[in-house]
Amino acid sequence: MGAPGQEKLWDKEEKEHKKYDDIRIFTDEQLKNYTDDELKNFKVKHDISMIEQLESGPWPSFVSDIKREALHRHKLGQDNLMIPADICDDLLGIVELSYKEGETHWKHGGIVGVLGYGGGIVGRYNDQQAQFPNIAHFHTIRVNQPSAKFYTTDWLRGFCDIAEYRGSGLTNLHGSTGDLVILGSFSDQLEPIFFDLTHDLGVDIGGSGGNLRTPSDCIGKARCEFACYDTMDLCYEMTMEFQDELHRPAFPYKFKFKFDGCPNGCTASIARSDMAYIGTWKDDIRINQDAVQEYVAGKIPVDGGAFAGRDWGKFDIQSEIIDLCPTKCMKWDGKKLSINNAECNRCMHCIDAMPEALRVGKDQGLSILFGAKAPILEGAQMGCLTIPFMYVNKPYDSQKNLVRKVFDWWIEEGKNRERIGETIQRVSLKTFCEVLGIPPMPQMVKEPRSNPYVFFKESEVPGGWDRDINAYRTRHPR
Amino acid sequence: MSKGKLGYYDPKKPQAGRITDIGPSHYGQMLPPVIRRNYGKWASHRILEPGLLVHVSETGEKAFTVRAAAPRLISVEHIREICDIADKHCNGYVRFTTRNNIEFILDDEAKAKALKKELDGKKHIGGSFKFPTGGTGMGMSNIVHTQGWVHCHTPATDASGPVKATADVLFDEFKNMRLPAKLRIALACCLNMCGAVHCSDIALLGYHRKPPAIDHEVLGKVCEIPLVVAACPLYAIKPITTEEGKKSVSVNNEKCMYCGNCYTMCLGLPLADREGDGIAILVGGKISNRISMPKFSKVIIPWLPNNMPRWPEVTNVVKHIVEVWAKDANKYERIGDWAGRIGWERFFEKTGIPFTEKSLDDYRLAVDTYRTSTQFKYTDHAWAVSKAVGGI
Repeated sequence: MGAPGQEKLWDKEEKEHKKYDDIRIFTDEQLKNYTDDELKNFKVKHDISMIEQLESGPWPSFVSDIKREALHRHKLGQDNLMIPADICDDLLGIVELSYKEGETHWKHGGIVGVLGYGGGIVGRYNDQQAQFPNIAHFHTIRVNQPSAKFYTTDWLRGFCDIAEYRGSGLTNLHGSTGDLVILGSFSDQLEPIFFDLTHDLGVDIGGSGGNLRTPSDCIGKARCEFACYDTMDLCYEMTMEFQDELHRPAFPYKFKFKFDGCPNGCTASIARSDMAYIGTWKDDIRINQDAVQEYVAGKIPVDGGAFAGRDWGKFDIQSEIIDLCPTKCMKWDGKKLSINNAECNRCMHCIDAMPEALRVGKDQGLSILFGAKAPILEGAQMGCLTIPFMYVNKPYDSQKNLVRKVFDWWIEEGKNRERIGETIQRVSLKTFCEVLGIPPMPQMVKEPRSNPYVFFKESEVPGGWDRDINAYRTRHPR
Repeated sequence: MSKGKLGYYDPKKPQAGRITDIGPSHYGQMLPPVIRRNYGKWASHRILEPGLLVHVSETGEKAFTVRAAAPRLISVEHIREICDIADKHCNGYVRFTTRNNIEFILDDEAKAKALKKELDGKKHIGGSFKFPTGGTGMGMSNIVHTQGWVHCHTPATDASGPVKATADVLFDEFKNMRLPAKLRIALACCLNMCGAVHCSDIALLGYHRKPPAIDHEVLGKVCEIPLVVAACPLYAIKPITTEEGKKSVSVNNEKCMYCGNCYTMCLGLPLADREGDGIAILVGGKISNRISMPKFSKVIIPWLPNNMPRWPEVTNVVKHIVEVWAKDANKYERIGDWAGRIGWERFFEKTGIPFTEKSLDDYRLAVDTYRTSTQFKYTDHAWAVSKAVGGI
């Protein structure tokens, strides 16, 4: 459980930890209840000959997978399931219908949820209820994933039992924002699912609608030498700090945090989050000159071996590193690599290419970029570099205080269905700087403005804007 | 866990025993021991072979990671099989990546290789691999995608199907590391882009081509008309009273660019249409700050048909682009970096993809994409213009 005092509920390395057996719904016999032959001969209720063509080919087939869940549910029987045993059959049937007709059969919206929350569950109904009654409801429950999506199998198996007993047995691992997604449940099962999740699994549901969406993060310091701050812990702490904002929609539209440990941006925060936290450093790149020599000598594969599938010829540090450096701040004299760190913009190329010779600096923190979003409505935006550097120290008060400032302002200023990037665009970055109480910096722009339509405040211009036309006319007769 | 229709929930006392605001399960309890021991101490990494990474700690310890694909839409049967494998090989620990790959982390190379072999041997009865390993280095990682016809009310195409078809034709690029740089493909089934594909090397984007049909019968009753009017970014929607006296809206079809924002606000304005819907292809985006700054993907094909079940028009183009790029680009060049270096005119020439009037931006800030320089390269496109004005 995430709640204080429950952080080790499922910890296998602790003596008294919770196990799957403590909460399981299904017996081993129920879980292994069909043979390969039965699966081979299994036919779902509907003709699905068109989507069955997606069973061939090497890539894992979702159709094959849904079919085995359909068989498993048939064998479990309706007595052991709280929603229709044939739900997967009907799902495949309606997808087949869409493949024939080229149009979706899912209806618009439907507001469902659990008491006291306004988000986390997305209602869904189909428009062919007579033909496919078992998917009359097909609601989605978003479950807040643990940082960097690490699991113990005990926990995951518990999740599976809930998703099968009270859901369709189909999931997304994971949804686009990062949640574990239980697909296909009925309205009467939402509260029981919520109770099971919170009581037995120790996990809460995620965000949907005009609220803080479930934050997500890269693997960070758990298994990456590039991570400049503890993404997993900051993601967890920020999620806990803003639970109210996550569960009870009070925002003009969705708001996303994402946490990337370095400028490589594996979690895509710069493109996909309203507030992107991207790790960086402010001292020097650490150089191991001996290892550089080994790269030059071809003893260590470049990029950790990422190019190994093709013969690219001998590694050439001049053309591949020095010349590709975007700021040209590196030099190689045949023996020694030197970096003018003051001119480095920390693009990561040299570090990515020679991870055994170069390391990110030791004086680490993060940058914050605001306003990324997909095109709806005013066009796609990427995050605008707004905060160049912040130390990241538990309990993260400076990060939390900044967020509070942003939320307080945006709740007041934002229009309905306007992402914060659009609000900033509408009221100007200058105004946003005033809100945050930060001075402008050239790093916020790609280049200075080329139009001269500068707004001045009345107080900035001596004498103000109220002028005496008669006095003017004494100087300039009509 | 609870059993029975209501489980722990008592509708007569809905607050009884209710636990709220507990957030996610704490990550600390989910970490394999080798990760706990070396948290924050990692020094470097290597990719030993496609789908197998080793991370080396300052303590000298090593973590071996086997990466395998998953189709994102997975059943609990599939997850339980993943758990069985994790129990057998990884002491009950497993993780997933942002791109829906499965990662098994071990502390022994031989054991990791044995696990990899086992994963590559597992197949569905229908013939596809269950857990193909790969997705590392300069190859294609998993294709991230949205819900499509499996679950969504606004899609212009399916998601799982076109992704399966595309991944099938590019399977070798998932299994190998022979491309000039990383290849990141994403699919979103409508402009809402819950898949946020707009910064991908190749983006497949469901696109409607018909303005909404208007359901005058219900629109005024179920929708807030001022909100519907305000929802249109092109001011194409106006409130009207129909001849029958019903409150409704009109849509100026000439102005509509089929974004579907009105449908999101109001069920009386559906867009889905067999003939209208299809897939647009965008290329050249990226997230990483490596060498060049992050980039948006650019529209190179405005629309291709939904040709179920395998979208051959789409997969052929994607495969072709990857082949041309792989052959022509320099080491380290993502598709967008390559196209930027050779010039987009050369991109269209080399790929043979037609540059049409639809490739000229006519939305807001379109002028930002106009070339304001005499720096260009000669291609047949240029000669055609010169000929058209009698210049040559």
